[in-house]
Amino acid sequence: MTSPTKAEDSGSAAVLDPELTATTDVVKGEKQPEGRSPGQLMWQRFKRDRTGVVSACVVIFFFVVAALAPVISKLYGKDPYTLYAQEPDYPFLLDDFAMPSGDFGGISGDFWFGVEPKLGRDVFTMLLYGMRTSLYMAVLVTLLSVITGVIIGMIGGYFGGRVDYWIGRVTDFFLGFPQQLFFIAFMPVVTAMFVDPQDETPTYLRAVAIIMVMWFLGWMGLARLVRSSVLSLRDREFVEAAKVSGAPPGRIVRKEILPNIVTPILVQATYILPSTILTIAFLSFIGVGFVEPTPDWGRMFKVGTEVYEQDPMFLLFPGAALVIFVLAFNLLGDSVRDAFDPKTGR
Amino acid sequence: MLQFLIRRLTGAVVIMFLIGAFTFFLFYTVPQDFAALSCGKNCSPENLAVIRENLGLDKPLPTQFWEFMSGIVAGRDFPQGHCSAPCLGVSFESGEFVWDSIIDRFPLTLSLTVGGLVIFLILGLGSGLLAAWKRGTVVDKIVSGASIVLSSFQIYLLGPIVLGLLVYSTGIMEFPKYYNFTEEPGAWFLGMLIPWVVMATIFTAQYTRMSRSTMIEQLQEEHVRTARAKGMRQSYVFFRYAWRGSLIPIVTILGMDLSALLSGAVVTEFTFDLAGIGRLAVDSSLTKDLPVTMGVMLFGAFFILLLNILVDLAYAYIDPRVRLS
Repeated sequence: MTSPTKAEDSGSAAVLDPELTATTDVVKGEKQPEGRSPGQLMWQRFKRDRTGVVSACVVIFFFVVAALAPVISKLYGKDPYTLYAQEPDYPFLLDDFAMPSGDFGGISGDFWFGVEPKLGRDVFTMLLYGMRTSLYMAVLVTLLSVITGVIIGMIGGYFGGRVDYWIGRVTDFFLGFPQQLFFIAFMPVVTAMFVDPQDETPTYLRAVAIIMVMWFLGWMGLARLVRSSVLSLRDREFVEAAKVSGAPPGRIVRKEILPNIVTPILVQATYILPSTILTIAFLSFIGVGFVEPTPDWGRMFKVGTEVYEQDPMFLLFPGAALVIFVLAFNLLGDSVRDAFDPKTGR
Repeated sequence: MLQFLIRRLTGAVVIMFLIGAFTFFLFYTVPQDFAALSCGKNCSPENLAVIRENLGLDKPLPTQFWEFMSGIVAGRDFPQGHCSAPCLGVSFESGEFVWDSIIDRFPLTLSLTVGGLVIFLILGLGSGLLAAWKRGTVVDKIVSGASIVLSSFQIYLLGPIVLGLLVYSTGIMEFPKYYNFTEEPGAWFLGMLIPWVVMATIFTAQYTRMSRSTMIEQLQEEHVRTARAKGMRQSYVFFRYAWRGSLIPIVTILGMDLSALLSGAVVTEFTFDLAGIGRLAVDSSLTKDLPVTMGVMLFGAFFILLLNILVDLAYAYIDPRVRLS
């Protein structure tokens, strides 16, 4: 196979680090003379990392809950749009100040996570649907950015020369943009491309605009990373061997180079995804992302900060969910990196 | 040194020009009539024409671009009067000069970013060093654990909690408010303290983790080990050898985080209801007040480029191998 350094590197690092020597001993002790692919080795190491496994479970849990949001809310019997305070079934949901009249933000058997102040919507389903939107969009943005970054970085790194120079300059230029200000400034412009400013912008167009704006400034870091990795791989013996044996560039890129840069790409993607979720939340928090009545994670924080003095409980569940999710994702990212690259001992 | 500064500043000017051109054409090629937007619902054609002329929208696009760009260097004349040198145009909404409204809001954002930066660099690097120094002990575990949890928090979560603890329920402190630094330094400090601390906490947590791990990496380097083996004092090796080396990656990351710092300031402004550059950007963007949005973009880009040059200078100071030419 095409990754000779992996074995060498982990071997030499193992001598320096007692923990790793133990790992290699176990691997050797299992007496498996046939070689294992880096992927299998990574999986072996990852399974042993308890923090990593737990955080992976948490992350998967979030994704499952988000995907099943319609099912869950159907079973639960509520939706994120109905103003329950105006329903005859729940006469005393909000008090005279339009704050939840029950204790702890109106948490009850009917409203598990409480009631939204002022409008009286159900917090539980709002959170479910809000997470769903954020996660879907973040996955899409991450995928798009990763694909774009890989393609651009590969072109730059593989062809080199003038192409590389200009791609590098363009990348630098986009890196020079004040990213968040750009998001703020361009959200209305991008939506104005699709709809007349006098009309109401439909939710899906807002989502498309957010995705486009974030995609536009999301690929540069990865492009740089891929470019430098490809640059160092391009002159390696196995690539030259493939070239000499007459492999076309497409095959070399796919079969020789890509498998060797999957690791850093994956590790990078585990960092991009949570930061994308936070950026989407950021946009809605400051008021340029999703607006009423779309249930959205970031907008819940906006409402939460506004009513915190009267109803601090409202912020509790969305906040806790976000902290747990980001924490789990960060830990997962660290574990994945450690599993791929045991040299970076922490 | 001087040569480096000149080269970098020229580069910055080129990038600013490109960002300006890019933003300008993207904004103004959108199929949208800004005159109609500021004219309102019942707009007579005469009114529309007057507004269009006042805003300079009746001229062809390249002329508009040229006027905008030359205005930044040489100033421009508007019906409202002369707009002197760094002229970023006139707001569609309020009719004020964009530069003036930015300068009006800037001290707040600058106080936020610089104050936050100072706090998180001191606390973050300090606690990271401490954790690396006491590696494997209880201190290390507490610092690392706290930093990994806190780095998953967000400004808009921590802000209300801190406000709830210190302002709403106990009244120990006043609600954050910006006072003029030159007039009331004491009030300025107390008014910004909560925003600083909240904003810095998130960054502190990240920098603690980073400085701890780079420090540990550095301590395993051969030259550090050699220094220890020669019998040098532990603290001397720690600060003179390892810390200096570990600063290089940290400064690199700091350079990349500057834009995040600015956005942190924006979130902080919204969390604590402060009116700075971030709020100006959002308000203008929502009302589609394009000159203001563009002005803020360019100003932000300039700010970040400037800080980047400062970071590069710091580089040369930390790592003698880096030459500035």
